[in-house]
Amino acid sequence: NDCPVYEADLSGQGVRDDSPHLDEFVLNAALDIVDDIVWTTTAMHLRHVDKFNEFNVSAYCTAGHTRFMLVHKTRHDNAQAIRSFFNELHDLYIKAVMSPFCTPDARIESPAFDQRVKASAK
Amino acid sequence: LKPFWVKFCGPALRASSRAPPRAAPPRPLARVPGPGDAMARAGPDRYGKLGDQAFGKMEKVNSDLLALTYGSLVTQLLRDVEDVDAVNAQLEKMGYNIGLRVVDEFLAKSGAGPCQDFRDTCEVLAKVGLRMFLGVAADVVMWNRELTACSLVFPDNPLADYVELPQHLSNRLWYSNLLCGVVRGALEQLQLRVECSFQKDTLNGDEHNMIRVELKEVMREDYGEDD
Repeated sequence: NDCPVYEADLSGQGVRDDSPHLDEFVLNAALDIVDDIVWTTTAMHLRHVDKFNEFNVSAYCTAGHTRFMLVHKTRHDNAQAIRSFFNELHDLYIKAVMSPFCTPDARIESPAFDQRVKASAK
Repeated sequence: LKPFWVKFCGPALRASSRAPPRAAPPRPLARVPGPGDAMARAGPDRYGKLGDQAFGKMEKVNSDLLALTYGSLVTQLLRDVEDVDAVNAQLEKMGYNIGLRVVDEFLAKSGAGPCQDFRDTCEVLAKVGLRMFLGVAADVVMWNRELTACSLVFPDNPLADYVELPQHLSNRLWYSNLLCGVVRGALEQLQLRVECSFQKDTLNGDEHNMIRVELKEVMREDYGEDD
């Protein structure tokens, strides 16, 4: 089941010059690649997995095979920042999922989680 | 996020069950009260230390296990019984049954002596009982004029670790209502009929948890007819 548990638009500036759902398409296309790469390494950070025109996709896979995917343009590519962002995201995700009211595979509704993710995104 | 990782990997250990038991009804004073003060009581530290000692003697269980188990208990209840008020009542009833049984363990293990009056009772409840079984001691505040009602305030609640109430339950579900039942059950075994309810809960956004305890009646021992 590949339903997104959570998605957020982290771009700070207002105007996006591409079509609205492009990042969703890019992400879903990258999912297959991620699934292949996951079995080749024991690390959680999968770093840069795919490229589409000028978009890069970075991924991080948790022990439970929950995948975090980040779409970003080349000029923001900063491996260390992405790595630490994924680490923080993982911590926040664990905390959110430990709540008894959060069923696995369900969407994460909590506004607090939303807020913290946006705060930690650069 | 550092503190969270520490907690996740090596959780603090807490006692296995919970309930704040009470001590026996009043007895004539054995010690002389302080100079000129008719309402002298033991210093606030006495029960604190007793609580810590009793806590040390209790068998410990992983606090994450306790929190997650209680969480699944509450969510299962919510799924079985759709009505939130009924869930609150059910939690309180379950707590009541726990309280009836746990008061004996408290009296055996805590080493607390008999209490002079309801005020002492609540102090022992908050500092020794809660500490022994839940791991956190509460403060007793907001006494009413007749000294029959008070509030137990505690900043963190180990049962509610990691919990985030969804919107439709916030301010309707008293997540830790079990504790109210436990207090009621334990005190009832000691011939004190109380009503116990949550006033504030950190899960609803308040800054601490507050349980209001009100003494309704001191029950008279009713010895049945001996044939």
